[in-house]
Amino acid sequence: MADTTSKSYFWKGFRDGTPFIFVAIPFGTLFGVFSTEAGLNVVQTLAFSATVFAGAAQFTALQLLQDNTPTAIVLASALAVNLRVAMYSASLTPYLGAAPLWQRACAAYLTVDQTYACSIMRFEKEPDMTIPQRMVYFFGTATPLTPLWLLATYLGAVLGTQIPESWALDFALPITFLAMIGPMMRTLAHVIAALVAIVVALLTVAVPFNLGLLIAGTAGMIAGAQAELFLERRKS
Amino acid sequence: MTHIDTTTIWIIILGLAVGSFALRFTFIGIVGDRPMPAWLLRHLRYTAVAIVPALIAPLVVWPTATEGQPDVPRMTAAAVTLAVGIVTKNVIAAIFSGAATLYGLLYLLG
Repeated sequence: MADTTSKSYFWKGFRDGTPFIFVAIPFGTLFGVFSTEAGLNVVQTLAFSATVFAGAAQFTALQLLQDNTPTAIVLASALAVNLRVAMYSASLTPYLGAAPLWQRACAAYLTVDQTYACSIMRFEKEPDMTIPQRMVYFFGTATPLTPLWLLATYLGAVLGTQIPESWALDFALPITFLAMIGPMMRTLAHVIAALVAIVVALLTVAVPFNLGLLIAGTAGMIAGAQAELFLERRKS
Repeated sequence: MTHIDTTTIWIIILGLAVGSFALRFTFIGIVGDRPMPAWLLRHLRYTAVAIVPALIAPLVVWPTATEGQPDVPRMTAAAVTLAVGIVTKNVIAAIFSGAATLYGLLYLLG
C-alpha cells in the first residue's frame, strides 16, 4: 500500500503546485523577452533558466550585465538576491534531511519560492507524513512548474512578443503568494512573525541587492521564535 | 544597449548555476539528518511565514507596473486575496477572488 499512498501524495503536490503556473508562465516569458533584448541567444537564455532556475536572480544578473557591471559583482549580487533559498533549504532539512543523497540533490535544485511554500505548508499540516511521502509530494509540486517555466522562457525568447501591460501580469506573483499567507497563520506566533517581517521589509526597501528581504525575514523569524517561547511560558 | 561578449555570458550562467545550487544544497545536502539545535529549529519554523510576506509587501505598496506609485486596484486586490485566504483557508479561492478584484477595478477605474 506504500506505493499507493506515495502516488497520491505526488498528485496532492501536483495539485497544490498547479496554481503557480500563473506565476511561472508570465515570469518565464518576461525573462525570455528580456534576455533576448539584452543580447543573449536562445540557447544561452534556455541554459540560464534551466541551470540557475531562479527568476529574480536571473533578472538581476541581466540587468547588471547591461549596465556593464564587473562579472564578480554581477555574480555576487544575483546570488545575494537568491540567498533566501538557503533559508528554504535549512527550513526543509528537518523534514527531508533523512532522504537519500541523490533525492536531496534533486530537491535542492528544485527549491524555489513555490515548491518551498507549498511543501512546508503541507509538512506542517501533516506531521505524520513519511520521508518518501514528503519527497514525492515535493517533486509533485515541482512537476507542473518546471516544464512550463522552461517552455515560457523559450517562447519569450523566440517570439519576443511584448505582453500588453493591461494584463497586469506583474501582479500574478503577489496574488498567488498572498493567497498562501492566510492558511499559514496557524498560531499567534505565526501572525506576529508575519507582521514584523512586513514592517521591516517596508522599512528596509532601500537596502541594496535585495538584502532588505533577508533582514526582514530574519527579523520575522526571531519575532516568531520569541513569541512562541513567551506564549509557551505563559501557558505553563 | 551594449553588446555583451559570449564568454562573459557563459561565465555568468555557469557561476550562477553553481552558486545557486550551492545555496540550495548546503543545508539539505550537507546537514542532512544530523540533529539541529532546538533554538535553530524554533526559528526555522517561522521561515515561510516571515519571508513570504516580506517578499510581497513592497510589491503591494510600491508596484513595479505603476513605477512605484501606490495603486488602488492592486492594494484592494491584495487585501481581498489575503482576507479570503484567512477566512476560507483555500488558496485557489483566494487567488481567484484577488484576480477578479484586480481586473474588475482596473476595468472600472481604468
